[in-house]
Amino acid sequence: MAALNNLTEHLEAFVDVTRSPTHHAESLKAIATSLEKGVLSINQLVVEMDMYLTTTDDVVRARGILLLAEMLDYLKSKPLDNAVVHSLIGFFTAKLAEWRSVRGALSGCLALIKRKGVAGLVTAVDAEAVAKSMAQSIQVQSLALYDRKLCFELLECLLEQYPEAMINLGDLMVYATCEAIDGEKDPPCLMVAFHVVELLGRLFPSPSGPVASEASDLFEFISCYFPLHYTHTKGDEASIPREDLSRGLSLAISSTPFFEPYAIPLLLEKLSSSLPVAKVDSLKCLKDCAVNYGVSRMKKHYKDLWPALKDALYASTKTDLSFGLESLTSPGFEMGEIHRAAVNLLQRLVKQDISFLGLVVEDIRVNMVFDTISRYLRYEEMLDTSKLEVLVVSQILSVSARSSVESCNIIFQTFFFRLMNTLGIVEKTSTGDLVHNENSTVSTRLYHGGLHLCIELLTTSKDLIPSSEECTSTPESAQQSWCSIVSRFSASLIEAFTSAVQSSNDDCSADAYLGVKGLLAMGMFRGGSSPVSRSEFEKILTTLTSIIAANSAKTVKWELALKALVCMGSFIDRYSESEKAMSYMAIVVENLVSLVRSSHCSLPSPMILEATSEVCSTRPTYVEKMVEGFEEAFCSSFSDFCVNGNFKSIENCSQLLECVTNKLLPRLTEIDGLEKSLVHFAISMWNQIESSVVFSYDFNGREFVEAATKTMGEIVGVASVDSQNSIIQKAYNVISSSTLLAMESIPLTFAALEGLQRDLSTRDELILSLFASVIIGASPKASIPDVKSLVHLFLVSFLKGYIPAAQALGSMVNKLGTGLEEACDTIFHESSASGSSIPSDDSSKTIGGSEALLSKICLGFYGSLDLQTHAITGLAWIGKGLLMRGDKRVNEIALVLVECLKSTNSSGNALHPSAMKHAADAFLTLMSDSEVCLNRKFHAVIRPLYKQRFFSITVPILESLIVNSQTPLSRTMLHVALAHVVSNVPVTVILDNTKKLLSVILEGLSVLSVDSVHKETLFSLLLVLSGTLTDIKGQQSVSDNAHRIIECLVKLTSYPHLMVVRETAIQCLATLLELPHGRIYPFRREVLQAVTKALDDPKRRVREEAIKCRQAWTSISSRSTPF
Amino acid sequence: MVSGLINENPTVYERKERRVRTDSTNSDEFSVEPIDQLEIFDHIRDIRDPEHPYSLEQLKVLTEDSVEVDDLKSYVRVTFTPTVEHCSMATIIGLSVRVKLMRSLPPRYKIDIRVAPGSHATEAALNKQLNDKERVAAALENPNLVEMVDECLSPSFE
Repeated sequence: MAALNNLTEHLEAFVDVTRSPTHHAESLKAIATSLEKGVLSINQLVVEMDMYLTTTDDVVRARGILLLAEMLDYLKSKPLDNAVVHSLIGFFTAKLAEWRSVRGALSGCLALIKRKGVAGLVTAVDAEAVAKSMAQSIQVQSLALYDRKLCFELLECLLEQYPEAMINLGDLMVYATCEAIDGEKDPPCLMVAFHVVELLGRLFPSPSGPVASEASDLFEFISCYFPLHYTHTKGDEASIPREDLSRGLSLAISSTPFFEPYAIPLLLEKLSSSLPVAKVDSLKCLKDCAVNYGVSRMKKHYKDLWPALKDALYASTKTDLSFGLESLTSPGFEMGEIHRAAVNLLQRLVKQDISFLGLVVEDIRVNMVFDTISRYLRYEEMLDTSKLEVLVVSQILSVSARSSVESCNIIFQTFFFRLMNTLGIVEKTSTGDLVHNENSTVSTRLYHGGLHLCIELLTTSKDLIPSSEECTSTPESAQQSWCSIVSRFSASLIEAFTSAVQSSNDDCSADAYLGVKGLLAMGMFRGGSSPVSRSEFEKILTTLTSIIAANSAKTVKWELALKALVCMGSFIDRYSESEKAMSYMAIVVENLVSLVRSSHCSLPSPMILEATSEVCSTRPTYVEKMVEGFEEAFCSSFSDFCVNGNFKSIENCSQLLECVTNKLLPRLTEIDGLEKSLVHFAISMWNQIESSVVFSYDFNGREFVEAATKTMGEIVGVASVDSQNSIIQKAYNVISSSTLLAMESIPLTFAALEGLQRDLSTRDELILSLFASVIIGASPKASIPDVKSLVHLFLVSFLKGYIPAAQALGSMVNKLGTGLEEACDTIFHESSASGSSIPSDDSSKTIGGSEALLSKICLGFYGSLDLQTHAITGLAWIGKGLLMRGDKRVNEIALVLVECLKSTNSSGNALHPSAMKHAADAFLTLMSDSEVCLNRKFHAVIRPLYKQRFFSITVPILESLIVNSQTPLSRTMLHVALAHVVSNVPVTVILDNTKKLLSVILEGLSVLSVDSVHKETLFSLLLVLSGTLTDIKGQQSVSDNAHRIIECLVKLTSYPHLMVVRETAIQCLATLLELPHGRIYPFRREVLQAVTKALDDPKRRVREEAIKCRQAWTSISSRSTPF
Repeated sequence: MVSGLINENPTVYERKERRVRTDSTNSDEFSVEPIDQLEIFDHIRDIRDPEHPYSLEQLKVLTEDSVEVDDLKSYVRVTFTPTVEHCSMATIIGLSVRVKLMRSLPPRYKIDIRVAPGSHATEAALNKQLNDKERVAAALENPNLVEMVDECLSPSFE
């Protein structure tokens, strides 16, 4: 009973119109839930509601009925008793006549009629009663917007769900609809109304039916909306977009053929209007009509329709035809919306009824075009009207041809001979017959207009060739007479296009464009039934390839030919045309690859490489072939250089490698099998280097070494672990057979290292760099042989100043699994093994617990300055590797580096300034992200938050050292190191520590601003400061230190060495205005003075910032100085 | 004061597109970019007309050519053209331009503001008023005037 008590409450709440809508919705929801759960049955509800449904209070009654209707809407999918449904629909039907409760009645009817697929449906008889009652008692247009929409929805629903019943009603429905629509203006209602008309049209197809007899009236009511125009566009988000509504109207107009006598003249009239929207809508609607009205009805209007359509096409075409690279595969001119709609209509009409084509074929304007064509040789010479003529007629003919095979045949039969005649491919003999002019290409006349028309026709016709599966099912000989026409002329056409390309010169791209586009069109016919024979296809390929091979500069022609070849390549791949693929391989790929291979080629190497890589990436087999070619080219050029000292060859090698890195590697995921070929390539690089034992000529080939290491590293980076292993193995073999191995025997002692004066030979340097790049690119899973001696090798090399060796060592300690201990032992403790040879130094303390030679060298105990700086740099890379994997040993390294920054270290030695500088920069190496090694691309092991960890270890140490530092130099260097750490750590870390850091950052800024060498470091530190100024976390400490910050920034506004520093400093000053007024006001004068000085800055950007900043600072003091 | 607007229906012209400077400033850290015509025009083009919600550029009161500048001699002259001959707002316009330039240019500059010859009924008097240091200073002591000028300048600082 509780449920019932609640019910009364909810009912009261809903019926009370003074309550808020949310209140109503809540009570509605509550009742609906209890109904759904079955606590309350619909019968009970009706009984309970008795009073509300029958009361004489109109408002309460209306609310009551609405409530019941809403409930039914909630229960759409709940099975109900048929009897209940019957009585309910009866009730609502009766209430339709009562205008006060019409909304509830409409909603109720709609909810019941909408019921579908559940027990308790409205019977056809009841539905008929609803429709009758509605038609007789509701004046739709006198209702409010929402109620009108309900009316239309109810009509729509009735027509959709009870078609038989509605047919019984006949005229009544049509009248009701007419009356309802008359004068409707709201898009949501119209949308439904148009659909109702469409349904009516479908429901009464008989010529004696009510729609047929009332067609004129009904059409009048909907035609007045055409073309749709919104007067109120804004402020109504829920409204229907114009496009949707216009589509609905179009469907309504085209719904029944009985509208035809009224619709087509109206649409033609609107088509002639100057309003673009009207044109588009009419064209779209005409297309719908053509589909629905049927050929026989449309036929009557052909003679009006064709000129109108033609005019629309003429009016919507622009005359600027593009001869650019990008339009090689597109029509070459802009298509507006009108144009597209007109083209669609034309295609539809021709497709539907071939007799429409008769009008096109006989049209005088279409036929005139041949005269126009033969009047001008060049496109740019034509008058605008002639251009338009050519473009539009080409469009008309190609669209008609595209419609069906039949129309294509007719077009080709009618026009192609004439076109060929115009172009001089067929000759008229004295008897008046047209004779194919087989072998005289001399007489061909390359009219641009004609070529364009020809290309358009060929391009569209190629889509009509059935694909190979369909081929077998349709008898082709009967229907494809166009095909035979094309094949008759194909040889001459190819000839003509070829001569167009060849006759072109650089200043006019139109010839080349049309020629290449023509060849492309001829080359893109699909399948076995292609009108272009294989030998002709090969001829096209040969022509295009020879253009690529013959041009020595990157002309438009060259680019066009390349793009055409790429198009054809991907076309062959898409339709898997095995025969053509063979031709393509034999002619294009092999030719280009052999060009790459041959060293005596007139073509500049980068162009040939570009062409080859573009063309070959269309199909995996080509890629394989190409990489093979590259390999060979690399090997021959390289040995040519080694033996003959040909410097051009080594340049070629560099270019080749660059092409591999820049063109091929980025497309690795797109091209199957590329990885395998590239790994093979890498191995043959090693083979080649291995076999050329002696470099008879020295070269300062930095460029080559760089290109080679880059390519090698990237290939290893993308290769699978197995392939990596094989490359590493190969590389190791080369290393172990080279003279480099001798370095492994060098004991890591001071004396031995000092003796290493001799530099590496060119070959050894190349091998070392390549090997380093292999190690850098290898993944942690790859196995590295003989770790101990390799570490040794790298150690010795970087001490001699080869930085790649240090990077490789860093990568090794970063990625090694089980071998790590051994490697670290070698690096840090080697000295103890051969300790006897170190001159023992009693004063040396243990640093970080290891008595390593390396750290001693770093601290300058032994050896030259060079050795010391190399050791410091190397140590930084090793430290980076360890730091990123989260190894504890990095702490020792950090300590050594910090020690290097002290003016006199623990053992009392004074450090050289250069060593200190290197040590400070080592912190940058440690903290910044590197492009060349130890990144994600090269599979580095990266522990999260490693930067934060290093930050928290080093910053306290550096801070305390700064406080205690004795010399200015050491102080500066410590600040540089700290700036590197602080500016590379994520900004959130800084914000957490603003309070601690702020003063040291400020001090750093003033220390670093002394010397211009530190300008970049200064800038990054300034950026850190600017990050803290605005953040809420740092606000308190910024506010406390405002005087120091402003003092520092004011100084930096005149920093002479870097513009961005001045700019940022001024921006920071402007930001400081967000601080409490009381904190900053005292500094006003000082800031204004500095900023006023900045108004005269040599750089404009600084001046702009200064003006803004000055204005902002002036305005905090209302009006004591107006300027 | 006249009630109603002095020029009720001014012709509004299109804004000229902001020229993006192509000479890259990053190319040389130490090269000097002198203050030039366009820079000065950029400072004053967005000043709003005291009467209408349009900028002085839109009303063609100012054009780029109306600015003459010599950075070496620290001299700038702006010649503006009131929309109507008897425009009593010309003083306010001139004052706004002067204040804006005083705030934007380094103090070494001498600023000369003039009405275009023949464009105003009391041309001579106006020129004298606008370039008299004492009178300008006095005008800027008047809170009403300052408020008006600041309002005109507000869009140019965005």
